[in-house]
Amino acid sequence: MTPVIQTRDLVKRFHVPGGFLGRHPRRLTAVDHVSLAVRRGETLGLVGESGSGKSTVGNCILRLLAADAGQVLYNGQDILPLKETDFRRLRGRLQVVFQDPQSSLDPRMTVATIVGYPLRLQQGVKGTALEARVLAALADVGLQAEHLHRYPHEFSGGQRQRIGIARALITGPDFIVFDEPTSALDVSVQAQILNLIAGLQRAQGYTYLFISHDLAVVRHISTQIAVMYLGSLVETAPKEAFFRHPYHPYTRALIAAVPRPDPTRRQNLAVLPGDVPSPLQIPSGCRFHTRCPEVMAVCPKVAPPHVEMGPEHWVDCHLYG
Amino acid sequence: MGTLLSIENLSVEFSNYQGTSSVLNHVSLSVNRGEILGLVGESGCGKSVTARCILRLIPAPPGKITSGSIRFAGEDLLSVSPKRMGRVRGREISMIFQEPMSSLNPVFTVGNQMREVVRRHRGLARREADALCTGMLHQVQMPDPEEVLKKYPHELSGGMRQRVMIAMELVCDPQLLIADEPTTALDVTVQGQVLAILTGLSRRRGISVLLITHDMGVVAQVCDRVAVMYAGQVVELAAVEELFARPLHPYTQGLIAAIPDVDPPADDAPGGGARPLFSIPGTVPTLIDRPPGCRFHPRCTVGGPGCARDVPGLCWVTPEHAVACHSSRGGTA
Ligand SMILES: Nc1ncnc2c1ncn2[C@@H]1O[C@H](COP(=O)(O)OP(=O)(O)OP(=O)(O)O)[C@@H](O)[C@H]1O
Ligand SMILES: Nc1ncnc2c1ncn2[C@@H]1O[C@H](COP(=O)(O)OP(=O)(O)O)[C@@H](O)[C@H]1O
Ligand code: SF4
Ligand SMILES: [Mg+2]
Ligand SMILES: [Mg+2]
Repeated sequence: MTPVIQTRDLVKRFHVPGGFLGRHPRRLTAVDHVSLAVRRGETLGLVGESGSGKSTVGNCILRLLAADAGQVLYNGQDILPLKETDFRRLRGRLQVVFQDPQSSLDPRMTVATIVGYPLRLQQGVKGTALEARVLAALADVGLQAEHLHRYPHEFSGGQRQRIGIARALITGPDFIVFDEPTSALDVSVQAQILNLIAGLQRAQGYTYLFISHDLAVVRHISTQIAVMYLGSLVETAPKEAFFRHPYHPYTRALIAAVPRPDPTRRQNLAVLPGDVPSPLQIPSGCRFHTRCPEVMAVCPKVAPPHVEMGPEHWVDCHLYG
Repeated sequence: MGTLLSIENLSVEFSNYQGTSSVLNHVSLSVNRGEILGLVGESGCGKSVTARCILRLIPAPPGKITSGSIRFAGEDLLSVSPKRMGRVRGREISMIFQEPMSSLNPVFTVGNQMREVVRRHRGLARREADALCTGMLHQVQMPDPEEVLKKYPHELSGGMRQRVMIAMELVCDPQLLIADEPTTALDVTVQGQVLAILTGLSRRRGISVLLITHDMGVVAQVCDRVAVMYAGQVVELAAVEELFARPLHPYTQGLIAAIPDVDPPADDAPGGGARPLFSIPGTVPTLIDRPPGCRFHPRCTVGGPGCARDVPGLCWVTPEHAVACHSSRGGTA
């Protein structure tokens, strides 16, 4: 089966000011040859610490950012070379929900305008037809007609995230990127939104890329998991295999560092030394070698091999080469 | 052990042109010597306001403490002179925040700022001050302390800035450290390092810590006792093992049940989100629409008619476990 979305060796670089008076801009590789695939009706959970490149991958897939190299295949077709006019037809099929419902909703627009906007813009739907579609999208996320003419500030964080989801659903997408959709929410509300996202997928068969730094959330929502570190994927696997047999030392540390809500089993939380290095100075060889508890002589010198550990379970590490 | 800090019946109001709203409502809690007390609750429930009251850092107006007492080592902090309060702040009680950048001065090096604190509190000469600063940075496991002293705050990562803050607060050898979401802005592996440093210091030096967090995992891993807040009230108070083994307040029960599990259960079914997570219905009330009676009653699934009418007081169910709920003490609802 052709994946709904597939990236091949996706690369994205940024130029950041550097040197005296910013005269020597430096090049930062935020996404470095990332290849991943998401099958129809499944959820790929993309995890990693801040700055690892998760959002940049999502934005490149949606062409909100222009990738520097590589391919993004949508149902097998590379969408990166498409002209903007040709890509516009696909816009509504590929949608996104951002982390901060506060800043991604225009405070001067009513809910009706916000949710209807993409449909009006992309498909020219107007009037009562538009209102019917808006109401249907709101109903899908648990909001009602009484909410139509209110403004974002009149809603709680969880409700604002529902509005953001309704806006993504209205164009009838089949692929949705969720970029940390619950990171700004309280736990009791986070659970409601996760249940909503999972329920929509069961009912409509949507395909998701779910970006998060929270492994517990990702485990709950995903079928496949990919871990990013400093712009590269270090491990990808089906969810069960991922949590039962994590191989990469970074994956193991990420899992071990999650504080469990169980005071009878106190963990050693300091599982890794140091900080994530700057993406301006990516370490040589294996980019994790500066923090890796298992580092060997070869690691700083040679890029690690890409090894298959089980069905669809890949890891990039010299330990298994 | 003994009690170091004891807050009783603390009530706080904030006023603006729209009127006055009660932010804290008869908050009572205590911190014992040498222990880590977790103060946990969702956004806006009043954790930071409680912490700021201890140091009398509530902006007034708009804020006003309308009742209660805060006793610290036998002294009522709400009635001491501003001069005395100035000495308590920073010397006996220290505070660190979620975003250390806001407490560090961006135009001075870390060394400048640390030495200034040392000079003010200890009256040491430059060389001794330097040695003390390096020593403190060692204590928070800072790699290469001499180099760090020469750096400006923006040249450090979030985790390193938080360590600098902890080191600076330790210079004064406080009895109580208030840490307001100190790891919320950090990545999970760095959060682990900072929590390990905090707990290590507390154990080694006998410092009491009031740790504010919204993460029940953090509470379970580092705290000795826990106070759970909801909408301006303390709703449950217990030793950490007791709280997780026998949560009595329906809100606490919901908070614990809503956490997604990172470890696979024995019978992990394939597919994502297969089983819905437990979620508490509704949302946290805003300041202006806090309901009468038990503030949790519109979201509560076990309450009776009394809950909408009468405010439940904090009741000691055992000498170590208190709860404010009509249903959980064989009560009146
Ligand atoms: N200076 C202020 N003026 C008016 N209202 C305030 C002020 N400071 C705090 N509040 C209000 O008091 C309530 C409690 O705030 P507080 O900062 O203590 O919450 P918190 O529990 O620390 O939340 P968070 O988890 O978001 O940090 C909130 O509704 C907040 O909006
Ligand atoms: N517009 C931009 N300009 C310069 N650098 C950027 C830009 N967007 C992201 N970056 C950098 O790219 C890297 C990856 O960022 P991002 O994809 O946002 O990470 P994540 O979502 O995993 O936190 C980071 O080092 C970030 O600072
Ligand atoms: S390649 Fe070496 S440094 Fe990298 S993760 Fe594997 S063991 Fe660690
Ligand atoms: Mg991001
Ligand atoms: Mg706060």
